[in-house]
Amino acid sequence: MATNQQFYWAVKFLIWLLAALPIAWLSWSILQKTLGPNPAEAIDRFLGYWALVFLWITLAVTPLRLITGLGQLIRFRRLLGLFSFFYAVLHLFSYLTINQFFDWVAIWEDLLKRNYIMFGFFGFIILTILAATSTTTMIKRLGAGNWNRLHKSIYISAILITIHFIMIRKGFQLEPFVYAAVLLLLLTSRFKLKHRRSRKRKFLSLKK
Amino acid sequence: MLIRNMHTYDIKSSEITPKSAYFSRRRLLKSLAGGSAVVAFGPYALNNNTSAATKIPNLKRTKWTLKSLGESVKLTSYDDITSYNNFYEFGTSKGDPKRNARLLKTRPWTIIVDGHTENPGRYAFEDLVKFDQLEERVYRFRCVEAWSMVVPWVGIPLANIIRKLGPTSNAKYIAFETLADSKQMPGIRSRVLNWPYVEGLRLDEAMNPLTLMAIGLYGEILPNQNGAPIRLVVPWKYGFKSIKSIVRITFSEEQPPTSWNLSAPREYGFYSNVNPEVDHPRWSQAKERLLGGPTNMLGFVTKQPTLMFNGYTEEVEGLYQGMDLNRHF
Repeated sequence: MATNQQFYWAVKFLIWLLAALPIAWLSWSILQKTLGPNPAEAIDRFLGYWALVFLWITLAVTPLRLITGLGQLIRFRRLLGLFSFFYAVLHLFSYLTINQFFDWVAIWEDLLKRNYIMFGFFGFIILTILAATSTTTMIKRLGAGNWNRLHKSIYISAILITIHFIMIRKGFQLEPFVYAAVLLLLLTSRFKLKHRRSRKRKFLSLKK
Repeated sequence: MLIRNMHTYDIKSSEITPKSAYFSRRRLLKSLAGGSAVVAFGPYALNNNTSAATKIPNLKRTKWTLKSLGESVKLTSYDDITSYNNFYEFGTSKGDPKRNARLLKTRPWTIIVDGHTENPGRYAFEDLVKFDQLEERVYRFRCVEAWSMVVPWVGIPLANIIRKLGPTSNAKYIAFETLADSKQMPGIRSRVLNWPYVEGLRLDEAMNPLTLMAIGLYGEILPNQNGAPIRLVVPWKYGFKSIKSIVRITFSEEQPPTSWNLSAPREYGFYSNVNPEVDHPRWSQAKERLLGGPTNMLGFVTKQPTLMFNGYTEEVEGLYQGMDLNRHF
């Protein structure tokens, strides 16, 4: 029988493996030149998409934990969040290098003039702060209460990123709104589930 | 101020070359002598999913050659032109049209002509575009999304068609409509835009010698994803003005509605002339990425400055004399 700890490491290893797949696929496609006539755009979109997906997966941990009652799931949340940050960093990096090729004037103008760049940028700043304070040392230093409050700002980041995603599309396109709906579900479910659980707890304690 | 571009369209003797530029692609042209419709199966037939490409014979040479765009300019490859398309009737991602457009049936193809014209009616597209008048024109193609291509179109000047249709004195504008058939166009089911796709030009813009009705590219019949069997090409305007797979032409007195303008009036104007100084609200139009163009040290295409009127200032600036192009974007 595998111990709890062994199981924990096995799952972590699996997450690493799966999270590395998109970047492995992308690297392979760049080398093989199979990203189509506009690889710069394809890379940008791909990295942004996976940053978003990992953020959504991170936000799914708590609702999933509340539904299944598997408290252990929380132990994988930080890793998932950091993978979202990893893809977000690459997304920003591809914008600065491949897309704008260090044209700082154009980048600065983009930031000031284009709302969607602004939304994406602030979403990224929040993720950076959260990544920087994700270590156990930082949790201790900040205190659990402060740390929790600070890390609630992931919701704001997710909303900013959703707007960023909707705004980049031309016309009325369904895909970003599907992700917006999923986010809404992820954000509302946790409050409903927590509320229900606390009521249940109250009820049980009264019964005693 | 007159903005003069480095290049000029005057024909120099050095530009009159016996072979079209795309022959450098070493494609074999097997042509049957004497026939009016000559069919050949070039190597492209193998990787072109739209059926065997039909070679168009006896193309008239024009001054709009590759060389007229400058010495260093190269044609965008056939693969890039035919696999990276905005044709939302077939889906919103760039690869969708190539995947889905095979469903489109382009023969027979009828175009309804109505409005202020002396010759309204239903026309087979072969009656509007006479195959013995076809010309090849190499034009820059600038998408509103800030990427661009260099395309060797085959077609006839729209002015020729308009003259034949005889607009009356009430006709001030010309409007176009794309087919909207959900059976042939899977993208119609999603309401990205209000179908059918509509576009329009002022009549003097339509009569400009640059404005082309295209039925082919690279010397062959248009693949479906590029707007077969007949599409507009207005090289000094953003690509979405060059409406594809046209089924109706209407001469009107009022400025006709245009699809992207209806969808987002703040972002897309009726004129939509290529203009590096007027940004799209969500991105800069100052530069463009020429697909397949020169690359930087990272191996990606370097963005190059976008030219006023996409480089066709000489030919078209007279159309907009006295107009505030910031307001009429």
